[in-house]
Amino acid sequence: MKFSANSVGLVTAKTVHFDAPFRVSCGRDLPNLDIVYETYGSLNSDHSNAVLICHALSGDHHAAGYYKEDDKKPGWWDNYIGPGKAIDTNLFFVVSLNNIGGCSGSTGPTSINPATGEPWGPDFPTLRVRDWVESQRLLADHLVIQQWAAVVGGSLGGMQAMRWSLEYPDRIRHCVVIASALKLTAQNIAFNNTSRTAISSDPDFHGGRYYQHDVIPKRGLAIARMIGHITYLSDGVMGEKFGRELRSGSFEQGTESALEFQVESYLHHQGDIFSENFDANTYMLMTKALDLFDLAREYNDDPVNAFRNAKCKFLVMSFSSDWRFSPQRSEEIVQALIGAQQAVSYVEIDAPLGHDSFLLPVERYNQVFTAYMKQVSQQLASDELTLTGDNHAS
Amino acid sequence: MRHDLITLKQWIHPHTRVLDLGCGDGALLDDLVNEKNISGLGIEIDTDNITCCVGKGLSVIEQDIDKGLSNFSDNSFDTVLLTQTLQAVRRPDFVLEEMLRVGKECIITFPNFGHWQARWYLMLRGKMPVSKMMPYHWYDTPNIHFCTVKDFENLCVEKNIKIIHRTVQMALVGTKKDHRPKWYNKIWPNFFGAHAIYHVTR
Repeated sequence: MKFSANSVGLVTAKTVHFDAPFRVSCGRDLPNLDIVYETYGSLNSDHSNAVLICHALSGDHHAAGYYKEDDKKPGWWDNYIGPGKAIDTNLFFVVSLNNIGGCSGSTGPTSINPATGEPWGPDFPTLRVRDWVESQRLLADHLVIQQWAAVVGGSLGGMQAMRWSLEYPDRIRHCVVIASALKLTAQNIAFNNTSRTAISSDPDFHGGRYYQHDVIPKRGLAIARMIGHITYLSDGVMGEKFGRELRSGSFEQGTESALEFQVESYLHHQGDIFSENFDANTYMLMTKALDLFDLAREYNDDPVNAFRNAKCKFLVMSFSSDWRFSPQRSEEIVQALIGAQQAVSYVEIDAPLGHDSFLLPVERYNQVFTAYMKQVSQQLASDELTLTGDNHAS
Repeated sequence: MRHDLITLKQWIHPHTRVLDLGCGDGALLDDLVNEKNISGLGIEIDTDNITCCVGKGLSVIEQDIDKGLSNFSDNSFDTVLLTQTLQAVRRPDFVLEEMLRVGKECIITFPNFGHWQARWYLMLRGKMPVSKMMPYHWYDTPNIHFCTVKDFENLCVEKNIKIIHRTVQMALVGTKKDHRPKWYNKIWPNFFGAHAIYHVTR
């Protein structure tokens, strides 16, 4: 198979090992860290064109391209990363990692706890968004990236991008926050809790020590994914995609054959795939980090006060049909940024696909995203010119 | 550049904060950023215009002015601009109030329906004026609140709005000197001015 011209093509994941203890915000130390990451495009001579991709709940480092020629699917954000795409790999050096606590190779609950010789499991330290930012900072240092041209993320990824702007204001020039929030609403926490309860009540969960029992809580994970999936789509798009179509059985009176709607079959399928590929403890940990996140907590609960610390420019985007991270949540971010007198652009994209829109091809989203990133790159180029000019002058 | 914009630029000081309501493709903001180093923010509803602003590196918010500016705090901008848009909002009086709340000073430009050509057109033909600048019919026009210089100034009196500067122009586009008001514009602006430019405050 030949890849299309706007694909990054074949990619390979790399792992970096940090031997020093990593202090987690909960107060405990991880004795060392492995971080798995991928890069696309090339780093320019002054290392100024790097873009960090922060993944959401179930994402990983494989954001674009293919591992093998016959891979069925590319990375999770291939719609927006590649040559000539919104995050143009001809212009940018793109870094995408698996966050710690994840289950795709970076240190997480499935890793061995050196103190016990057993997998961490439920004993893995409770993580917060700031811990991911801190580990991403380690990766930036390792790659000798002093300042990101942009930190970009959707949903939980957007929270990391915002946290970057406050924790390391000098190390980020642009912050792109897509379908995200300053903090979760009670309803949103409730969905996460229901998902976690589905997992913890699976008899195969064993309080998170299922590795030792050689089982995985597949049913719980599948239900968690089904709940998530429903909330990531909109009523409209589900109606359009599945309606009340039957997959098997019949509405005919006088029959008692088992009846299954298309939407049921779809959800079960999604749940099954997910439960075979994702770690339950990671799911518990990631949703908990989502629940805990509150950008302004340490700034007197005042997001305006929080954003006063930022030095970068912001692009905020939301989707009209997203009810899990509704446009209202993004407007709160924008209002706080305006209050803090920060440079911000905001668009609400009219898209029917719900929260998942941020992953999918949506024309206007692509246009705005592309226009913004192009201008980020142009600014880099003009700054470089000024710098060279200064050098000549001196 | 449009004549009303050339004129209003002189009233904006360098390094100030400027909010442009209905900023279009961002040409004015871009100019002000480059020439006067202002920190600017645009508000726009047209999607293509927004993309255009984003592409220029401007700050732009997708927002409907008719719904107010409640996301902006009092006196948070030095100047709030509303160029060629007053006639297209649902409640010009409400928008003016909001502008004066958010900005220390405001600049408003609008087509003057008291201009002799509009009067002549209506008198002679008995129909709502249609021109090159305003090519719409009464039923499909986005311009739902046309007013005259006199109407606007009456509203200013009613609302206690102080007029810092007023000028009228013959045309928005054309040869360069057209943007400078003539003697007859100054004597009888409501009759001879096709476009009005107001610099106001509370």
